[in-house]
Amino acid sequence: MSENVTYFFYDLFQYLVNGLAQGSIYALIALGYTMVYGIIKLINFAHGEFYMIGAFIGFYCLVSGMPLWMAFPAAMIGAGLVAVLVEKIVYRPIRHAGRIPALITALGTSLLFQYLGQGVIGADPKAFPSAIAEKTYMLGEVIITRTQIIIMVVTFALMVILYWLVNHTKTGKAMRATSFNMNAAELMGINTNKIISFTFFIGAALAGAAGVLVGMYYNTAEPMMGLIPGLKAFIAAVLGGIGIIPGAVIGGLVLGVAENLVVGFWISTYRDAIAFAILILILLIKPAGILGKNRKEKV
Amino acid sequence: MDYLAHLTLNTGIFIILAVSLNLINGICGQFSLGHAGFWAVGAYTGAAYGVFLAPEALPDFINLFISCGIGFVVAALSGLLIGVPCLRLRGDYLAIATLGFGEIIRILIMNMDVVGGPRGFTNIPNWSNLFWVYFWVVITIVFCANLLRGTHGRAIISIREDEIAADSMGIYTFKYKTLAFVIGAGFAGLAGSLFAHAQQFLHPNGFTFMWSVIILLMIILGGLGSITGAIVGAVILTILPEMLRFMGETVSQWRMVIYSILLICLMLWRPSGIFGKHEFNILKFFKKDEEATS
Repeated sequence: MSENVTYFFYDLFQYLVNGLAQGSIYALIALGYTMVYGIIKLINFAHGEFYMIGAFIGFYCLVSGMPLWMAFPAAMIGAGLVAVLVEKIVYRPIRHAGRIPALITALGTSLLFQYLGQGVIGADPKAFPSAIAEKTYMLGEVIITRTQIIIMVVTFALMVILYWLVNHTKTGKAMRATSFNMNAAELMGINTNKIISFTFFIGAALAGAAGVLVGMYYNTAEPMMGLIPGLKAFIAAVLGGIGIIPGAVIGGLVLGVAENLVVGFWISTYRDAIAFAILILILLIKPAGILGKNRKEKV
Repeated sequence: MDYLAHLTLNTGIFIILAVSLNLINGICGQFSLGHAGFWAVGAYTGAAYGVFLAPEALPDFINLFISCGIGFVVAALSGLLIGVPCLRLRGDYLAIATLGFGEIIRILIMNMDVVGGPRGFTNIPNWSNLFWVYFWVVITIVFCANLLRGTHGRAIISIREDEIAADSMGIYTFKYKTLAFVIGAGFAGLAGSLFAHAQQFLHPNGFTFMWSVIILLMIILGGLGSITGAIVGAVILTILPEMLRFMGETVSQWRMVIYSILLICLMLWRPSGIFGKHEFNILKFFKKDEEATS
Protein backbone atom coordinates (compact mmCIF):
# COMPACT_ATOMS: atom_id res chain seq x y z
CA MET A 1 0.00 0.00 0.00
CA SER A 2 2.64 2.51 1.07
CA GLU A 3 4.74 1.53 -1.93
CA ASN A 4 1.82 2.43 -4.19
CA VAL A 5 1.55 5.81 -2.51
CA THR A 6 5.27 6.49 -3.02
CA TYR A 7 4.98 5.56 -6.67
CA PHE A 8 1.96 7.78 -6.99
CA PHE A 9 4.02 10.69 -5.69
CA TYR A 10 6.93 9.87 -7.96
CA ASP A 11 4.48 9.85 -10.87
CA LEU A 12 2.97 13.10 -9.72
CA PHE A 13 6.35 14.80 -9.48
CA GLN A 14 7.35 13.44 -12.86
CA TYR A 15 4.25 14.94 -14.45
CA LEU A 16 4.84 18.18 -12.55
CA VAL A 17 8.36 18.44 -13.94
CA ASN A 18 7.18 17.67 -17.48
CA GLY A 19 4.33 20.13 -17.00
CA LEU A 20 6.65 22.88 -15.83
CA ALA A 21 8.90 22.40 -18.86
CA GLN A 22 5.90 22.43 -21.20
CA GLY A 23 4.37 25.33 -19.28
CA SER A 24 7.56 27.40 -19.61
CA ILE A 25 7.21 27.11 -23.39
CA TYR A 26 3.56 28.15 -23.25
CA ALA A 27 4.52 31.03 -20.98
CA LEU A 28 7.17 32.27 -23.42
CA ILE A 29 4.66 32.30 -26.28
CA ALA A 30 1.88 33.70 -24.10
CA LEU A 31 4.06 36.69 -23.16
CA GLY A 32 4.03 37.88 -26.76
CA TYR A 33 0.27 37.42 -27.02
CA THR A 34 -0.36 39.33 -23.87
CA MET A 35 2.01 42.19 -24.70
CA VAL A 36 0.51 42.69 -28.15
CA TYR A 37 -3.03 42.46 -26.78
CA GLY A 38 -2.17 44.87 -23.99
CA ILE A 39 -0.89 47.47 -26.40
CA ILE A 40 -3.26 47.35 -29.40
CA LYS A 41 -6.10 45.05 -28.24
CA LEU A 42 -5.43 42.59 -31.05
CA ILE A 43 -5.54 38.82 -30.64
CA ASN A 44 -2.53 38.10 -32.79
CA PHE A 45 -3.41 34.67 -34.19
CA ALA A 46 -0.19 34.67 -36.17
CA HIS A 47 1.85 34.58 -32.99
CA GLY A 48 2.10 30.79 -33.08
CA GLU A 49 3.66 31.16 -36.53
CA PHE A 50 6.43 33.38 -35.18
CA TYR A 51 7.24 30.47 -32.90
CA MET A 52 7.33 28.17 -35.93
CA ILE A 53 9.55 30.62 -37.82
CA GLY A 54 11.90 30.82 -34.84
CA ALA A 55 12.12 27.04 -34.72
CA PHE A 56 12.95 26.85 -38.43
CA ILE A 57 15.56 29.61 -38.31
CA GLY A 58 17.13 27.73 -35.42
CA PHE A 59 16.89 24.51 -37.40
CA TYR A 60 18.63 25.89 -40.49
CA CYS A 61 21.28 27.65 -38.42
CA LEU A 62 22.09 24.45 -36.52
CA VAL A 63 22.07 22.36 -39.70
CA SER A 64 24.52 24.76 -41.30
CA GLY A 65 26.85 24.10 -38.40
CA MET A 66 26.35 27.21 -36.32
CA PRO A 67 26.88 26.65 -32.59
CA LEU A 68 23.79 26.79 -30.39
CA TRP A 69 24.76 29.97 -28.56
CA MET A 70 24.74 31.80 -31.90
CA ALA A 71 21.75 30.01 -33.42
CA PHE A 72 19.56 30.85 -30.46
CA PRO A 73 19.83 34.67 -30.71
CA ALA A 74 19.68 34.38 -34.50
CA ALA A 75 16.30 32.63 -34.25
CA MET A 76 15.04 35.23 -31.79
CA ILE A 77 16.10 38.17 -33.94
CA GLY A 78 14.83 36.51 -37.14
CA ALA A 79 11.39 35.83 -35.69
CA GLY A 80 11.29 39.36 -34.29
CA LEU A 81 12.11 40.92 -37.67
CA VAL A 82 9.41 38.87 -39.40
CA ALA A 83 6.92 40.08 -36.78
CA VAL A 84 7.94 43.70 -37.31
CA LEU A 85 7.46 43.31 -41.07
CA VAL A 86 4.04 41.68 -40.61
CA GLU A 87 2.99 44.46 -38.28
CA LYS A 88 4.10 47.13 -40.76
CA ILE A 89 2.49 45.57 -43.82
CA VAL A 90 -0.67 43.97 -42.45
CA TYR A 91 -1.66 45.10 -38.97
CA ARG A 92 -0.89 48.79 -39.15
CA PRO A 93 -3.39 49.62 -41.94
CA ILE A 94 -6.12 47.57 -40.23
CA ARG A 95 -5.53 48.88 -36.72
CA HIS A 96 -8.28 51.47 -36.77
CA ALA A 97 -10.90 49.32 -38.51
CA GLY A 98 -12.11 47.68 -35.32
CA ARG A 99 -11.35 44.47 -33.50
CA ILE A 100 -13.16 41.87 -35.59
CA PRO A 101 -11.59 42.89 -38.95
CA ALA A 102 -8.21 42.92 -37.20
CA LEU A 103 -8.91 39.45 -35.82
CA ILE A 104 -9.83 38.13 -39.26
CA THR A 105 -6.66 39.64 -40.72
CA ALA A 106 -4.61 37.99 -38.02
CA LEU A 107 -6.30 34.68 -38.82
CA GLY A 108 -5.42 35.16 -42.49
CA THR A 109 -1.81 35.96 -41.67
CA SER A 110 -1.58 32.85 -39.53
CA LEU A 111 -2.93 30.62 -42.33
CA LEU A 112 -0.63 32.34 -44.82
CA PHE A 113 2.49 31.48 -42.84
CA GLN A 114 1.36 27.90 -42.17
CA TYR A 115 0.66 27.06 -45.77
CA LEU A 116 3.55 29.12 -47.11
CA GLY A 117 5.72 27.06 -44.79
CA GLN A 118 4.19 23.86 -46.13
CA GLY A 119 4.75 24.98 -49.69
CA VAL A 120 8.32 26.21 -49.25
CA ILE A 121 9.73 23.86 -46.62
CA GLY A 122 7.47 20.84 -47.14
CA ALA A 123 4.85 19.39 -44.84
CA ASP A 124 6.95 16.56 -43.45
CA PRO A 125 8.48 17.01 -39.97
CA LYS A 126 12.20 17.79 -39.97
CA ALA A 127 14.54 16.12 -37.49
CA PHE A 128 15.97 18.85 -35.30
CA PRO A 129 19.72 18.39 -34.85
CA SER A 130 20.66 17.63 -31.27
CA ALA A 131 22.67 20.65 -30.31
CA ILE A 132 23.64 19.44 -26.86
CA ALA A 133 24.52 16.03 -25.50
CA GLU A 134 21.39 14.64 -23.83
CA LYS A 135 21.85 13.65 -20.22
CA THR A 136 19.31 12.62 -17.61
CA TYR A 137 19.39 13.28 -13.91
CA MET A 138 17.54 11.16 -11.37
CA LEU A 139 15.92 12.55 -8.27
CA GLY A 140 14.71 9.35 -6.65
CA GLU A 141 12.52 7.95 -9.42
CA VAL A 142 11.87 11.31 -11.05
CA ILE A 143 13.73 11.80 -14.31
CA ILE A 144 14.81 15.27 -15.34
CA THR A 145 16.51 15.72 -18.69
CA ARG A 146 19.11 18.31 -19.45
CA THR A 147 16.88 19.89 -22.08
CA GLN A 148 14.13 20.37 -19.52
CA ILE A 149 16.56 22.16 -17.22
CA ILE A 150 17.78 24.33 -20.10
CA ILE A 151 14.19 25.18 -21.03
CA MET A 152 13.34 26.26 -17.50
CA VAL A 153 16.55 28.22 -16.99
CA VAL A 154 16.37 30.00 -20.34
CA THR A 155 12.70 30.83 -19.79
CA PHE A 156 13.43 32.21 -16.36
CA ALA A 157 16.36 34.28 -17.66
CA LEU A 158 14.32 35.70 -20.55
CA MET A 159 11.53 36.61 -18.16
CA VAL A 160 13.90 38.43 -15.84
CA ILE A 161 15.26 40.37 -18.83
CA LEU A 162 11.71 41.17 -19.96
CA TYR A 163 10.78 42.31 -16.45
CA TRP A 164 13.78 44.62 -16.37
CA LEU A 165 13.03 45.88 -19.88
CA VAL A 166 9.41 46.72 -19.14
CA ASN A 167 9.80 48.13 -15.65
CA HIS A 168 13.23 49.74 -15.55
CA THR A 169 13.99 51.23 -18.95
CA LYS A 170 12.72 54.25 -20.78
CA THR A 171 11.38 52.11 -23.66
CA GLY A 172 9.54 50.00 -21.12
CA LYS A 173 7.99 53.08 -19.62
CA ALA A 174 6.87 54.15 -23.11
CA MET A 175 5.41 50.68 -23.68
CA ARG A 176 3.43 50.86 -20.48
CA ALA A 177 2.23 54.35 -21.31
CA THR A 178 1.13 53.29 -24.80
CA SER A 179 -0.82 50.32 -23.48
CA PHE A 180 -2.43 52.53 -20.84
CA ASN A 181 -3.66 55.17 -23.24
CA MET A 182 -2.33 55.37 -26.76
CA ASN A 183 -3.60 58.86 -27.58
CA ALA A 184 -2.30 60.39 -24.39
CA ALA A 185 1.04 58.69 -24.90
CA GLU A 186 1.22 60.12 -28.39
CA LEU A 187 0.47 63.60 -27.04
CA MET A 188 3.34 63.19 -24.57
CA GLY A 189 5.70 62.78 -27.52
CA ILE A 190 6.00 59.00 -27.58
CA ASN A 191 6.32 57.54 -31.05
CA THR A 192 3.62 54.92 -30.57
CA ASN A 193 4.17 53.26 -33.95
CA LYS A 194 7.77 52.59 -32.99
CA ILE A 195 6.73 51.28 -29.60
CA ILE A 196 4.17 48.93 -31.16
CA SER A 197 6.80 47.64 -33.59
CA PHE A 198 9.15 47.12 -30.70
CA THR A 199 6.48 45.21 -28.75
CA PHE A 200 5.91 42.91 -31.72
CA PHE A 201 9.67 42.40 -31.97
CA ILE A 202 10.05 41.44 -28.31
CA GLY A 203 6.99 39.20 -28.32
CA ALA A 204 8.02 37.36 -31.46
CA ALA A 205 11.61 37.04 -30.25
CA LEU A 206 10.35 35.27 -27.12
CA ALA A 207 8.17 33.03 -29.29
CA GLY A 208 11.19 32.31 -31.51
CA ALA A 209 13.20 31.32 -28.45
CA ALA A 210 10.36 29.00 -27.45
CA GLY A 211 10.46 27.51 -30.95
CA VAL A 212 14.14 26.60 -30.69
CA LEU A 213 13.64 25.19 -27.19
CA VAL A 214 10.74 23.02 -28.37
CA GLY A 215 12.81 21.88 -31.34
CA MET A 216 15.50 20.74 -28.90
CA TYR A 217 12.92 19.15 -26.58
CA TYR A 218 10.95 17.10 -29.12
CA ASN A 219 13.65 16.94 -31.85
CA THR A 220 11.20 17.87 -34.62
CA ALA A 221 10.07 20.98 -36.45
CA GLU A 222 7.22 21.23 -38.98
CA PRO A 223 5.30 24.10 -40.60
CA MET A 224 2.07 23.33 -38.72
CA MET A 225 3.74 23.20 -35.32
CA GLY A 226 2.62 26.72 -34.44
CA LEU A 227 -1.12 26.18 -34.61
CA ILE A 228 -1.89 24.24 -31.43
CA PRO A 229 0.80 25.75 -29.16
CA GLY A 230 -0.25 29.17 -30.42
CA LEU A 231 -3.86 28.56 -29.44
CA LYS A 232 -2.80 27.10 -26.11
CA ALA A 233 -0.53 30.02 -25.38
CA PHE A 234 -3.45 32.30 -26.09
CA ILE A 235 -5.47 30.27 -23.59
CA ALA A 236 -2.63 30.68 -21.12
CA ALA A 237 -2.66 34.44 -21.66
CA VAL A 238 -6.43 34.58 -21.10
CA LEU A 239 -6.10 32.32 -18.06
CA GLY A 240 -3.62 34.65 -16.40
CA GLY A 241 -5.43 37.79 -17.47
CA ILE A 242 -4.77 39.03 -20.97
CA GLY A 243 -2.66 42.17 -21.16
CA ILE A 244 -0.96 41.43 -17.83
CA ILE A 245 2.64 40.25 -18.18
CA PRO A 246 3.01 38.18 -14.95
CA GLY A 247 -0.42 36.68 -15.74
CA ALA A 248 0.92 35.11 -18.93
CA VAL A 249 3.66 33.33 -16.98
CA ILE A 250 1.24 32.01 -14.36
CA GLY A 251 -1.27 30.99 -17.01
CA GLY A 252 1.37 29.19 -19.05
CA LEU A 253 2.69 27.22 -16.10
CA VAL A 254 -0.80 26.31 -14.84
CA LEU A 255 -1.86 25.18 -18.29
CA GLY A 256 1.28 23.11 -18.84
CA VAL A 257 0.95 21.36 -15.49
CA ALA A 258 -2.80 20.78 -15.87
CA GLU A 259 -2.31 19.30 -19.31
CA ASN A 260 0.40 16.90 -18.20
CA LEU A 261 -1.61 15.78 -15.19
CA VAL A 262 -4.56 14.99 -17.47
CA VAL A 263 -2.32 13.10 -19.86
CA GLY A 264 -0.69 11.24 -17.00
CA PHE A 265 -3.65 10.30 -14.86
CA TRP A 266 -6.52 10.32 -17.36
CA ILE A 267 -6.87 9.88 -21.11
CA SER A 268 -4.03 11.20 -23.24
CA THR A 269 -6.21 11.79 -26.29
CA TYR A 270 -8.06 14.53 -24.42
CA ARG A 271 -4.85 16.54 -24.17
CA ASP A 272 -6.01 19.27 -26.54
CA ALA A 273 -9.60 19.29 -25.32
CA ILE A 274 -8.58 20.02 -21.75
CA ALA A 275 -6.91 23.31 -22.71
CA PHE A 276 -10.07 24.50 -24.46
CA ALA A 277 -12.21 23.33 -21.55
CA ILE A 278 -10.04 25.42 -19.21
CA LEU A 279 -10.44 28.39 -21.54
CA ILE A 280 -14.21 28.13 -21.59
CA LEU A 281 -14.39 27.69 -17.82
CA ILE A 282 -12.21 30.72 -17.18
CA LEU A 283 -14.15 32.84 -19.68
CA LEU A 284 -17.40 31.95 -17.94
CA ILE A 285 -16.23 32.23 -14.34
CA LYS A 286 -13.72 35.08 -14.45
CA PRO A 287 -13.33 36.48 -17.99
CA ALA A 288 -10.66 38.93 -16.82
CA GLY A 289 -8.34 36.05 -15.87
CA ILE A 290 -6.59 35.11 -12.63
CA LEU A 291 -4.78 38.41 -12.19
CA GLY A 292 -7.26 40.59 -14.08
CA LYS A 293 -9.67 43.12 -12.71
CA ASN A 294 -13.30 43.08 -13.77
CA ARG A 295 -14.35 46.08 -15.72
CA LYS A 296 -17.85 47.35 -16.36
CA GLU A 297 -18.85 47.81 -19.95
CA LYS A 298 -19.67 51.35 -20.97
CA VAL A 299 -21.49 52.78 -23.93
CA MET B 1 -20.54 14.68 -65.90
CA ASP B 2 -20.25 12.81 -62.62
CA TYR B 3 -17.56 15.24 -61.54
CA LEU B 4 -19.74 18.25 -62.35
CA ALA B 5 -22.71 16.76 -60.49
CA HIS B 6 -20.52 16.14 -57.44
CA LEU B 7 -19.19 19.69 -57.59
CA THR B 8 -22.67 21.14 -57.84
CA LEU B 9 -23.80 19.05 -54.91
CA ASN B 10 -20.88 20.23 -52.77
CA THR B 11 -21.63 23.81 -53.75
CA GLY B 12 -25.19 23.34 -52.47
CA ILE B 13 -23.96 22.02 -49.13
CA PHE B 14 -21.57 24.94 -48.76
CA ILE B 15 -24.35 27.37 -49.64
CA ILE B 16 -26.35 26.04 -46.67
CA LEU B 17 -23.28 26.30 -44.43
CA ALA B 18 -22.46 29.84 -45.56
CA VAL B 19 -26.05 31.08 -45.26
CA SER B 20 -26.36 29.60 -41.77
CA LEU B 21 -23.04 31.06 -40.60
CA ASN B 22 -24.09 34.35 -42.11
CA LEU B 23 -27.13 34.31 -39.84
CA ILE B 24 -24.84 34.13 -36.79
CA ASN B 25 -21.86 36.22 -37.91
CA GLY B 26 -23.27 38.63 -40.44
CA ILE B 27 -26.82 39.26 -39.36
CA CYS B 28 -26.66 38.83 -35.60
CA GLY B 29 -23.06 40.10 -35.42
CA GLN B 30 -21.94 37.33 -33.03
CA PHE B 31 -18.55 36.27 -34.27
CA SER B 32 -18.47 32.47 -34.27
CA LEU B 33 -15.50 30.38 -35.37
CA GLY B 34 -16.93 26.98 -34.51
CA HIS B 35 -19.19 26.30 -37.45
CA ALA B 36 -17.31 23.22 -38.56
CA GLY B 37 -18.11 21.73 -35.15
CA PHE B 38 -21.88 21.93 -35.74
CA TRP B 39 -21.36 20.67 -39.26
CA ALA B 40 -19.56 17.66 -37.77
CA VAL B 41 -22.33 17.07 -35.21
CA GLY B 42 -24.96 17.02 -37.96
CA ALA B 43 -22.83 14.85 -40.22
CA TYR B 44 -22.13 12.24 -37.57
CA THR B 45 -25.66 12.06 -36.16
CA GLY B 46 -27.16 11.90 -39.65
CA ALA B 47 -24.69 9.21 -40.62
CA ALA B 48 -25.28 7.30 -37.38
CA TYR B 49 -29.00 7.26 -38.13
CA GLY B 50 -28.28 5.97 -41.62
CA VAL B 51 -25.96 3.21 -40.43
CA PHE B 52 -27.57 2.01 -37.20
CA LEU B 53 -31.22 2.99 -37.09
CA ALA B 54 -32.66 3.49 -40.55
CA PRO B 55 -35.33 0.93 -41.45
CA GLU B 56 -34.66 -0.69 -44.82
CA ALA B 57 -38.33 -0.62 -45.72
CA LEU B 58 -38.56 3.14 -46.02
CA PRO B 59 -37.73 4.74 -49.35
CA ASP B 60 -34.41 6.57 -49.46
CA PHE B 61 -35.76 10.07 -49.61
CA ILE B 62 -37.86 9.62 -46.46
CA ASN B 63 -34.81 8.23 -44.68
CA LEU B 64 -32.80 11.22 -45.88
CA PHE B 65 -35.54 13.52 -44.66
CA ILE B 66 -35.50 11.93 -41.18
CA SER B 67 -31.70 11.96 -41.17
CA CYS B 68 -31.66 15.67 -42.02
CA GLY B 69 -34.23 16.31 -39.31
CA ILE B 70 -32.14 14.47 -36.73
CA GLY B 71 -29.01 16.29 -37.88
CA PHE B 72 -30.80 19.62 -37.59
CA VAL B 73 -32.24 18.94 -34.13
CA VAL B 74 -29.07 17.52 -32.58
CA ALA B 75 -26.87 20.28 -34.00
CA ALA B 76 -29.39 22.89 -32.83
CA LEU B 77 -29.40 21.36 -29.36
CA SER B 78 -25.60 21.39 -29.23
CA GLY B 79 -25.80 24.99 -30.46
CA LEU B 80 -28.08 25.74 -27.52
CA LEU B 81 -25.75 23.96 -25.12
CA ILE B 82 -22.75 25.93 -26.39
CA GLY B 83 -24.56 29.18 -27.09
CA VAL B 84 -26.07 29.71 -23.65
CA PRO B 85 -22.75 29.95 -21.82
CA CYS B 86 -20.74 31.42 -24.72
CA LEU B 87 -23.06 34.16 -25.88
CA ARG B 88 -22.46 36.05 -22.67
CA LEU B 89 -19.05 36.79 -24.13
CA ARG B 90 -18.47 39.41 -26.77
CA GLY B 91 -16.40 40.05 -29.86
CA ASP B 92 -13.04 38.36 -29.98
CA TYR B 93 -13.62 36.39 -26.78
CA LEU B 94 -16.71 34.77 -28.28
CA ALA B 95 -14.67 33.92 -31.36
CA ILE B 96 -12.08 32.09 -29.29
CA ALA B 97 -14.65 30.30 -27.12
CA THR B 98 -16.57 29.00 -30.15
CA LEU B 99 -13.28 27.98 -31.74
CA GLY B 100 -12.54 26.03 -28.57
CA PHE B 101 -15.92 24.28 -28.63
CA GLY B 102 -15.54 23.44 -32.31
CA GLU B 103 -12.23 21.73 -31.53
CA ILE B 104 -13.66 19.98 -28.46
CA ILE B 105 -16.48 18.52 -30.58
CA ARG B 106 -13.92 17.21 -33.04
CA ILE B 107 -11.77 15.68 -30.30
CA LEU B 108 -14.84 14.07 -28.69
CA ILE B 109 -15.82 12.50 -32.01
CA MET B 110 -12.24 11.35 -32.44
CA ASN B 111 -12.57 9.48 -29.13
CA MET B 112 -15.94 7.89 -29.90
CA ASP B 113 -15.37 4.35 -31.02
CA VAL B 114 -18.99 3.75 -32.09
CA VAL B 115 -18.65 6.14 -35.01
CA GLY B 116 -15.21 4.94 -35.99
CA GLY B 117 -13.13 7.43 -34.01
CA PRO B 118 -9.82 8.12 -35.72
CA ARG B 119 -10.47 5.37 -38.30
CA GLY B 120 -13.34 7.34 -39.84
CA PHE B 121 -17.00 6.47 -40.27
CA THR B 122 -17.62 4.18 -43.24
CA ASN B 123 -20.53 2.51 -45.05
CA ILE B 124 -22.85 5.49 -44.87
CA PRO B 125 -25.77 4.95 -47.29
CA ASN B 126 -25.74 7.14 -50.36
CA TRP B 127 -29.03 8.99 -50.11
CA SER B 128 -28.17 12.55 -51.06
CA ASN B 129 -28.76 13.64 -54.60
CA LEU B 130 -28.82 16.95 -56.38
CA PHE B 131 -32.57 17.40 -56.06
CA TRP B 132 -32.76 16.97 -52.28
CA VAL B 133 -29.65 19.03 -51.61
CA TYR B 134 -31.03 21.95 -53.59
CA PHE B 135 -34.44 21.43 -52.04
CA TRP B 136 -32.83 22.11 -48.66
CA VAL B 137 -30.78 24.98 -50.10
CA VAL B 138 -33.99 26.69 -51.17
CA ILE B 139 -35.64 25.99 -47.80
CA THR B 140 -32.64 27.43 -45.95
CA ILE B 141 -32.51 30.58 -48.04
CA VAL B 142 -36.26 31.19 -47.90
CA PHE B 143 -36.30 30.55 -44.16
CA CYS B 144 -33.43 32.95 -43.46
CA ALA B 145 -34.75 35.63 -45.79
CA ASN B 146 -38.20 35.46 -44.24
CA LEU B 147 -36.83 35.39 -40.73
CA LEU B 148 -35.17 38.72 -41.41
CA ARG B 149 -38.40 40.37 -42.51
CA GLY B 150 -40.25 39.58 -39.29
CA THR B 151 -40.09 40.82 -35.68
CA HIS B 152 -37.47 38.29 -34.68
CA GLY B 153 -35.26 39.17 -37.62
CA ARG B 154 -35.47 42.88 -36.90
CA ALA B 155 -34.51 42.19 -33.29
CA ILE B 156 -31.56 40.08 -34.45
CA ILE B 157 -30.38 42.84 -36.80
CA SER B 158 -30.69 45.43 -34.04
CA ILE B 159 -28.24 43.39 -31.94
CA ARG B 160 -25.68 43.62 -34.72
CA GLU B 161 -26.14 47.35 -35.09
CA ASP B 162 -25.78 48.16 -31.40
CA GLU B 163 -26.29 45.64 -28.68
CA ILE B 164 -26.51 48.07 -25.79
CA ALA B 165 -28.99 50.27 -27.63
CA ALA B 166 -31.09 47.23 -28.55
CA ASP B 167 -31.04 46.14 -24.92
CA SER B 168 -32.21 49.53 -23.74
CA MET B 169 -35.02 49.51 -26.31
CA GLY B 170 -36.45 46.50 -24.52
CA ILE B 171 -35.18 43.74 -26.80
CA TYR B 172 -34.16 40.66 -24.86
CA THR B 173 -30.82 40.47 -26.63
CA PHE B 174 -29.66 37.22 -25.04
CA LYS B 175 -32.76 35.37 -26.26
CA TYR B 176 -32.38 36.61 -29.83
CA LYS B 177 -28.65 35.97 -29.91
CA THR B 178 -29.30 32.40 -28.77
CA LEU B 179 -32.10 32.06 -31.32
CA ALA B 180 -29.84 33.10 -34.19
CA PHE B 181 -27.05 30.87 -32.90
CA VAL B 182 -29.32 27.83 -32.53
CA ILE B 183 -30.90 28.23 -35.96
CA GLY B 184 -27.49 28.74 -37.55
CA ALA B 185 -26.14 25.64 -35.83
CA GLY B 186 -29.21 23.65 -36.85
CA PHE B 187 -28.82 24.44 -40.54
CA ALA B 188 -25.12 23.61 -40.32
CA GLY B 189 -26.16 20.23 -38.91
CA LEU B 190 -28.57 19.74 -41.78
CA ALA B 191 -25.79 20.50 -44.24
CA GLY B 192 -23.67 17.98 -42.36
CA SER B 193 -26.30 15.27 -42.74
CA LEU B 194 -26.57 15.92 -46.48
CA PHE B 195 -22.78 15.93 -46.70
CA ALA B 196 -22.48 12.60 -44.87
CA HIS B 197 -24.94 10.89 -47.21
CA ALA B 198 -23.18 12.33 -50.24
CA GLN B 199 -19.60 11.49 -49.21
CA GLN B 200 -20.39 8.11 -47.60
CA PHE B 201 -17.25 8.48 -45.51
CA LEU B 202 -16.55 10.83 -42.62
CA HIS B 203 -13.37 11.56 -40.73
CA PRO B 204 -13.01 13.89 -37.73
CA ASN B 205 -10.06 15.60 -39.42
CA GLY B 206 -12.41 16.66 -42.22
CA PHE B 207 -14.00 19.12 -39.79
CA THR B 208 -11.01 21.04 -38.55
CA PHE B 209 -10.82 24.68 -37.60
CA MET B 210 -9.59 25.36 -41.15
CA TRP B 211 -13.09 24.62 -42.50
CA SER B 212 -14.63 27.11 -40.08
CA VAL B 213 -12.22 29.66 -41.52
CA ILE B 214 -13.09 28.72 -45.10
CA ILE B 215 -16.82 29.10 -44.44
CA LEU B 216 -16.07 32.41 -42.75
CA LEU B 217 -14.06 33.48 -45.80
CA MET B 218 -17.07 32.64 -47.99
CA ILE B 219 -19.36 35.04 -46.14
CA ILE B 220 -16.73 37.72 -45.85
CA LEU B 221 -16.02 37.51 -49.56
CA GLY B 222 -19.72 37.79 -50.34
CA GLY B 223 -20.31 40.47 -47.75
CA LEU B 224 -21.08 39.94 -44.06
CA GLY B 225 -24.80 40.25 -43.48
CA SER B 226 -25.95 39.62 -47.03
CA ILE B 227 -27.66 36.31 -47.82
CA THR B 228 -27.02 36.67 -51.55
CA GLY B 229 -23.45 37.52 -50.66
CA ALA B 230 -23.12 34.30 -48.69
CA ILE B 231 -24.46 32.31 -51.65
CA VAL B 232 -22.10 33.96 -54.11
CA GLY B 233 -19.17 33.54 -51.72
CA ALA B 234 -19.94 29.85 -51.26
CA VAL B 235 -20.20 29.27 -55.01
CA ILE B 236 -16.94 31.10 -55.73
CA LEU B 237 -14.96 29.37 -53.02
CA THR B 238 -16.14 25.86 -53.90
CA ILE B 239 -15.48 26.31 -57.60
CA LEU B 240 -12.20 28.24 -57.25
CA PRO B 241 -10.13 25.31 -55.90
CA GLU B 242 -11.39 23.13 -58.79
CA MET B 243 -10.39 25.83 -61.27
CA LEU B 244 -6.98 25.97 -59.59
CA ARG B 245 -6.70 22.22 -60.08
CA PHE B 246 -6.97 22.73 -63.82
CA MET B 247 -4.18 25.26 -63.70
CA GLY B 248 -1.73 22.60 -62.66
CA GLU B 249 -0.56 20.67 -59.65
CA THR B 250 1.60 23.44 -58.20
CA VAL B 251 -1.12 26.09 -58.22
CA SER B 252 -3.51 23.66 -56.56
CA GLN B 253 -1.00 23.05 -53.77
CA TRP B 254 -0.92 26.75 -53.03
CA ARG B 255 -4.70 26.91 -52.63
CA MET B 256 -4.66 27.81 -48.93
CA VAL B 257 -1.92 30.40 -49.49
CA ILE B 258 -4.11 32.02 -52.14
CA TYR B 259 -7.10 31.89 -49.75
CA SER B 260 -5.23 33.52 -46.90
CA ILE B 261 -3.84 36.27 -49.13
CA LEU B 262 -7.38 36.78 -50.43
CA LEU B 263 -8.64 37.06 -46.86
CA ILE B 264 -5.98 39.61 -45.87
CA CYS B 265 -6.43 41.68 -49.04
CA LEU B 266 -10.21 41.66 -48.61
CA MET B 267 -9.85 42.94 -45.06
CA LEU B 268 -7.34 45.61 -46.08
CA TRP B 269 -9.09 46.97 -49.15
CA ARG B 270 -12.69 45.89 -49.16
CA PRO B 271 -13.80 44.73 -45.70
CA SER B 272 -17.45 44.82 -46.78
CA GLY B 273 -16.99 42.08 -49.39
CA ILE B 274 -18.68 41.91 -52.78
CA PHE B 275 -22.19 42.84 -51.74
CA GLY B 276 -21.69 44.64 -48.43
CA LYS B 277 -24.90 44.36 -46.49
CA HIS B 278 -27.02 44.66 -49.65
CA GLU B 279 -29.14 41.93 -51.12
CA PHE B 280 -29.45 41.18 -54.79
CA ASN B 281 -33.04 40.27 -55.50
CA ILE B 282 -33.98 39.04 -58.95
CA LEU B 283 -37.68 39.54 -58.27
CA LYS B 284 -37.09 43.25 -57.80
CA PHE B 285 -35.88 43.54 -61.38
CA PHE B 286 -39.13 42.10 -62.68
CA LYS B 287 -41.15 44.42 -60.49
CA LYS B 288 -39.27 47.44 -61.76
CA ASP B 289 -39.92 46.35 -65.30
CA GLU B 290 -43.62 46.07 -64.59
CA GLU B 291 -43.68 49.51 -63.08
CA ALA B 292 -41.80 50.89 -66.05
CA THR B 293 -44.13 49.32 -68.60
CA SER B 294 -47.37 50.09 -66.83
